[in-house]
Amino acid sequence: MADVTLSIDGREVKAPAGATVLEAAQQAGLYIPTLCAHPDLKPYGGCRMCITEIERLRGFPTACTTPVTAGMVVKTNTPQLQQLRRNILEFLLTEHPHPCITCHRIELCGPGDICLRHVSVSERCVTCPKNKRCELKEVARYIQLPEMTLPYSYRGLPIENKDPFYDRDYNLCILCGRCVRICDEVVGASALAFTYRGSKALVGTAFGRSLEEAGCIFCGSCIDICPTGSIVERANRWAGLADRQVVTTCPYCGVGCQLRLFIKDDKIQRVKGEPNAPANMGRLCVKGKFGLDFIQSPERLTTPLIKKDGQFVAATWEEALSLIAQKLAPYKGIDQFAAISSAKCTNEENYLMMKFARAVMGTNNVDHCARLCHSSSVTGLGAVFGSAAMTNTNQGMLQSACFLVIGSNTTATHPVIGMKVRQAVKGGAKLIVADPREIPLCRDASIWLRQRPGSDVALLTGLARAIVDQGLEDKAFIAERCEDYEAFKASLAAFDLDTVEKLTGVAKADIAAAARLYATTKPAAILYAMGITQSSHGTDNVMAVANLAMLTGNLGKPGAGVNPLRGQNNVQGSCDMGALPNVYAGYQSVADAALREKHEKAWGVSLPARPGLTLVEMFNAAYEGKIKAIYMMGENPMVSDPDIGHVEEALKKLEFFVCQDIFMNETNQFAHVILPATSFAEKGGTFTNTERRVQLVRPALPALGQARTDWEIICQLAQRLGGQGFDFAGPAQVMEEMARLTPSYGGISHARLEKEGGLQWPCPTADHPGTPILHTERFTRGKGKFTALTYRPPTELPDADYPLVLTTARSYYHYHTGTMTRKVKDLNRIVGEGMVEINPADATKLAIQDGDWVEVTSRRGQARARAAVTGATPPGVITMSFHFAEANANVLTNPALDPQAKIPEFKTCAVKVAKAAVKVPA
Amino acid sequence: MASATDSIKEQMKELLIPYKGERGALIPILQKTQEKLGYLPEEAVEEIAKFLHISRNQIFGVMTFYAQFRLHPTGKNVVRVCRGTACHVKGGHRILLEVEKRLGVKEGQTTPDLNYTLETVACIGACALAPTMVINEETHGEMTMKKVEELFGDASKGDHHA
Repeated sequence: MADVTLSIDGREVKAPAGATVLEAAQQAGLYIPTLCAHPDLKPYGGCRMCITEIERLRGFPTACTTPVTAGMVVKTNTPQLQQLRRNILEFLLTEHPHPCITCHRIELCGPGDICLRHVSVSERCVTCPKNKRCELKEVARYIQLPEMTLPYSYRGLPIENKDPFYDRDYNLCILCGRCVRICDEVVGASALAFTYRGSKALVGTAFGRSLEEAGCIFCGSCIDICPTGSIVERANRWAGLADRQVVTTCPYCGVGCQLRLFIKDDKIQRVKGEPNAPANMGRLCVKGKFGLDFIQSPERLTTPLIKKDGQFVAATWEEALSLIAQKLAPYKGIDQFAAISSAKCTNEENYLMMKFARAVMGTNNVDHCARLCHSSSVTGLGAVFGSAAMTNTNQGMLQSACFLVIGSNTTATHPVIGMKVRQAVKGGAKLIVADPREIPLCRDASIWLRQRPGSDVALLTGLARAIVDQGLEDKAFIAERCEDYEAFKASLAAFDLDTVEKLTGVAKADIAAAARLYATTKPAAILYAMGITQSSHGTDNVMAVANLAMLTGNLGKPGAGVNPLRGQNNVQGSCDMGALPNVYAGYQSVADAALREKHEKAWGVSLPARPGLTLVEMFNAAYEGKIKAIYMMGENPMVSDPDIGHVEEALKKLEFFVCQDIFMNETNQFAHVILPATSFAEKGGTFTNTERRVQLVRPALPALGQARTDWEIICQLAQRLGGQGFDFAGPAQVMEEMARLTPSYGGISHARLEKEGGLQWPCPTADHPGTPILHTERFTRGKGKFTALTYRPPTELPDADYPLVLTTARSYYHYHTGTMTRKVKDLNRIVGEGMVEINPADATKLAIQDGDWVEVTSRRGQARARAAVTGATPPGVITMSFHFAEANANVLTNPALDPQAKIPEFKTCAVKVAKAAVKVPA
Repeated sequence: MASATDSIKEQMKELLIPYKGERGALIPILQKTQEKLGYLPEEAVEEIAKFLHISRNQIFGVMTFYAQFRLHPTGKNVVRVCRGTACHVKGGHRILLEVEKRLGVKEGQTTPDLNYTLETVACIGACALAPTMVINEETHGEMTMKKVEELFGDASKGDHHA
């Protein structure tokens, strides 16, 4: 839209049409006092602080609600306006403690000073946790509020401090409504509302319940947006102002939120979402906002440990590194060594780990836990589109008119993307949820398809069939951009809706309705995650998703796309870096002679051509004695991998096992040497988030104890093993080498990231702006390839002995194997144990009551946990997580592999459940 | 207690049938619910929230904004003591205190036996009869301590108005 020129306080200002006067002024660097307005919120016009005088407009329009027009003449600071503001603010302050606000000593006084006005502690600004960060005070200063003339009384409301993380003191509330509005408009939780009326009006919850009961997700948005001290973080509440700030990337999920860390005395005081970061636009979830206590946990590893006579003994780096070098040397070049890299570590570290395996140890046996989450996306989307990443962007979800969310509990696993979906739905977008479990997004959905676990190919292809039957396919897109359509269309014959209804358990009318909604509401985005990928036919599932998107032309456009939501902070990056057995960085095949030669030349060594083993295959090989040494960085397969009993056997057979981690965990118990690594907050580098955005990780804190960064450790070890080309000055230099060898990262450098913020690959050259949306003109492989699919049931179906299906799920409050989140006290206060979710119908049959201890048995093992009886899990199915090692679904899960992706079937296996005979102590 | 919750759930299911699950239906639904249950219990609000896809907290905001909605069950008899100007001049405040004393509840509350709910009104428009009060539909004028005693003397029996 064209810019509009207007005059504000005599200055000529340009603003885009549709902007408000307030936005125009702020863009021009002019201050207008506001209390209720906030860039993240819709205009509200509640506090009346931003009143203005505008020529030819009557009265005193509020700047935050008045759109700019050409030639507008605005005054924001006349004596009359200031007097009006004073009068209004005085009314506000009859209920907000203000003796300090009107005191001339406010900037001189400290919390310990005796107040000459005899003001009580609870009413003093200098003892408010928001002191020096208070917007109310700023406004009062600007409008020069003298002594108050109106009577004031302290409300004496009790402090609400029973919730985790938050303290609320409504004596300080000025009812600007920012918290209520952000929780409703942006977060979508609506945990807060205005209650009561007139002089009794207060922000609160239904029936005065705790925030937890009211549906609060503790994302902290209300804290960050509150202009006063009404809602604050309890931790470090009284610690005062931070002495420095560092912006970095969140270490939890793949959304890649940018965090601003407020640091005082080398301790993180509080965390805030970075407002203009495209990945999260200021939002965080509970883990990013409050889940960083693990960094300074006393349980952190701070010194190398060497196992002597079954006990770990502290050692020096020299001892540890020389021992490892000596032990690993014999495995060079004989394919009996495997490296396990980490999706938690930086791109630079993953690059070095794969270089270490290939160039130093001479093997392609390098993999990491992306194998267990999205390897089927890599094979599936790689085959049909030519590129295996999320096609669109986080922020672009707001442009979607329709969502199909399948196999993703988005609000739990990618909370900030979940917020975007809810925000879009609130703005009129349609939502189709396909999930066997009743996930929170079902509440927002127009249609909820409750398919049986493992029947996704049938459901997705049934949707495609319904689209074709109704003639809703995008014929032009198919003809121009795709291939193999006829074969695909012929394959739909097997998926008539009656058959699909039988296979999936979803009524055919619902399938037809969902198909119509998805095909006719454009642009439509598909979001999927583990429910699709973690299956013995995961690749087929992914291809079925791709078929559906191509059929409706929903690719290469804003708000559309196929969006695999990546689980870990850098799982996209660790795959991009080639920490995979078959490719170098940028998915350059090790089997391709030219590409291999390129790397051989760059690294100065000869490289193996045969692709290596995948993660589950490595443990199988270790079990069989074919892999004898493993070097593992930042992983916990004893909790995260399927059929843990088998993993344990395999680990015990290793001749040498080195682990590098920030904590002791269930896996490194079996190590011969453990090396202490630094956390994300103590190192530099980059993470690549789910939308392919490469973002900087900045060192914020000094390393704990003797801990070293992963990249330093790998380099030191490589050099001791005679590796060439591991003498890097820092992560920036590692990225330079990687970018030279990797076309899709070719234009990315730390210097650019520092200057421009995140960059989305492909970004081949230094002047390339990055690629927000993939496949816009053509697919990466040329044409989009339709795939004819057949339905295959899960490998293990319920039978007489194991009559129930176990599916796995995640908690919003925990992360992966719990090594980080279980160190955060208040997260465990909300969810402190792994439960077995069971449908009331099955619970009644088995005489199990809510909270009973139960034993869950599969063909591979047995787990004990307490039962949570809930309709969220469908009849015939139970749900468990793998956050809690003592109640771990992966003792039970099935290691059957997808033939192409080699991903195990985490999402379905057959189990039986019985009430535990003996009560297990908690 | 589970059965009471279940019964409210059942009643709500039936009550919600004629409505569309859209935000705009909130106030009519709240009115209908109160008509049926006498007040708006938490369990009913829960059902309405699910039906309309809005949060309980937002519904509570609406409920507490309008004076017409009740959060607590009302007694069999509703006593409204007038607090208008004329009644105030003629001692309405003391009448209220006396009723509070006799019933053992404050204004806005209900007796534990659910016989009486005590409320105040700004003016009932019968100023000539001040001080006044209304019990259910019946107006009582020119109230005195004695008349209050006659009406509520033995409040425990309670239902002489029913």
